[in-house]
Amino acid sequence: MLRQHGWRVGFPERTFATVDHIVPTNERRRPFVDLVAEEMTTALERNCREFGIHLSGPGSDEQGIVHVIGPELGLTQPGMTIACGDSHTSTHGALGALAFGIGTSQVRDVLASQSLALDPLKVRRIDVNGVLAPGVYAKDVILTIIRRLGVQGGVGYAYEYGGSAIDRMTIEERMTICNMSIEGGARIGYVNPDERTFAFLRGRRFVPSGAAFERATKWWREVASDRDAPYDDRIAIDAASIEPTVTWGINPGQSVSVGEPIPEPSGHDAVEEALAFMGLAPGAHIEGTRIDVAFIGSCTNGRLSDLEEAARVLQGRRVAPHVKALVVPGSQAVGREAEARGLDDEFRRAGFEWRQAGCSLCLGMNTDRLEGRQVCASSSNRNFKGRQGSPNGRTLLMSPAMVAAAAVAGQVVDVRSMLEEVSA
Amino acid sequence: MKAQALRPILVVTGRGLPVRGDDIDTDRIMPARFLRATSFEGLERHLFEDDRASNPDHPFSDPRFTGATFVVVNRNFGCGSSREHAPQGLARFGIQAIIGESFSEIFLGNAGMLGIPCFVADHQSIDRLQTLIEHTPNLEITARVDSGDLTAGPLRTTAALPAAMREAFVSGQWNPTAMLLDRFAEVRAVTERLPYLNW
Repeated sequence: MLRQHGWRVGFPERTFATVDHIVPTNERRRPFVDLVAEEMTTALERNCREFGIHLSGPGSDEQGIVHVIGPELGLTQPGMTIACGDSHTSTHGALGALAFGIGTSQVRDVLASQSLALDPLKVRRIDVNGVLAPGVYAKDVILTIIRRLGVQGGVGYAYEYGGSAIDRMTIEERMTICNMSIEGGARIGYVNPDERTFAFLRGRRFVPSGAAFERATKWWREVASDRDAPYDDRIAIDAASIEPTVTWGINPGQSVSVGEPIPEPSGHDAVEEALAFMGLAPGAHIEGTRIDVAFIGSCTNGRLSDLEEAARVLQGRRVAPHVKALVVPGSQAVGREAEARGLDDEFRRAGFEWRQAGCSLCLGMNTDRLEGRQVCASSSNRNFKGRQGSPNGRTLLMSPAMVAAAAVAGQVVDVRSMLEEVSA
Repeated sequence: MKAQALRPILVVTGRGLPVRGDDIDTDRIMPARFLRATSFEGLERHLFEDDRASNPDHPFSDPRFTGATFVVVNRNFGCGSSREHAPQGLARFGIQAIIGESFSEIFLGNAGMLGIPCFVADHQSIDRLQTLIEHTPNLEITARVDSGDLTAGPLRTTAALPAAMREAFVSGQWNPTAMLLDRFAEVRAVTERLPYLNW
């Protein structure tokens, strides 16, 4: 699009590229066996060379899912405005940036002009107060928020998350929350930068060091919303009321807690359509639903802490014989760190495949796909019809720990039963 | 940098194609496997491909709606993935405007960049319009960008565009790259002020 008009990239030094959606996660030798992936990767490499853009390519040790490596490399910082051609760019808001997804033509605008024509958003403050019970994770929090506010509830809003439960969360947990804001219709998810944010950033490659870090921290503090900031809307959620949550339908708002029955249609075409597609019965329990595939990974839950929580569940257990299970680190760095801790061996011993970094089974753009009507317990973000690569494939979204538990049981199960045994 | 010619879009006229249902995501409009390419060419052939395979009566397979200019949809159309391939497919199919109850913001932004106005009307009007088209596929629909007046046979209603989108189409600046580039000096000035570019 730029070449067509003879335009240059306005700020190549503020532009970064990686390869994630299409990259194979099993065999990385070039040329890729997947020739389309090879062609697209080669085009990206050529474009980045020509326009002087930093590329974390498939051979690079910093390659990974863009929403994992941005924060990891320290490219994502408080107060920045970040745009990327992917709706889950909202993830970066966990560090106090304003970050949102755009389409290809808007990417062209950003490349050419480093600016965008956009409408202002309203802001909804979502406070999550109190303490999460053991076995309840950030994923359950955001699935619960989307369930309560609806998949359309956030249209026109940026979501600012706060409250004592969010304050206590690690940056990785906050990323999981912000990541799925778009599933609730909100283009932006955001958490005020705080001491945890600064501690996370210190020492990362693109973060200033020494006196410059102190100057940066001072400015980052000013970025945070004032205590008495006005909001267009406010809601509060009691953390203690949140339970391990699983989707039963074809959008991320269609979820229940693991012990709760699947809703009855009650005149809603949408519920009927979803249940028919999923092959689930109204009033039945989601617990006990047989699965064929278990997927741990994605920009939602492919970080080190996600892998650690899943591995904890797998201790001394094995994946059920009929389940195909794979774990795909969100970045090469996550993979290396996990390997240094021996997590790859633990996953392999339990019967998981251990892959290289990429989007993998989150969406059908690479060689990892569901087949036929397979049911997948997935730590990803979307359970849309056909999302995981098979037009009839079925997705149950849940936390990585719940995916690990489902892989072992061969069916959806309350992870808390397995965690109790671990700690007992 | 030469400025592009402005092309105001003030009125859209033509036949409609009803796609019923809330929360129709862009994975359904354009399944991800068709994003495996470095151009948008040929995407019109894959619109709703999986939905059409499982439902032979899908409106995009129905010859009565061939040649439609409008798609008429319900709530939160285009939610999910930011893939521009969804509105690109629609545009290449010949769709020039969408009338719906509401749109996902990213989809709306992408459609705007392609010169596809997204008109917003209430549930009753949309339902009535969909029913009218289902009964009379060759019904002529006229939607005015400036006033928001929508007429289709016996139906006369208001279908307004979001304010910024209306302004962009009325002024002809719906493809803003040239305007943004014209103000590149201002962008540079802002970068001088941004602390994080010069710690």
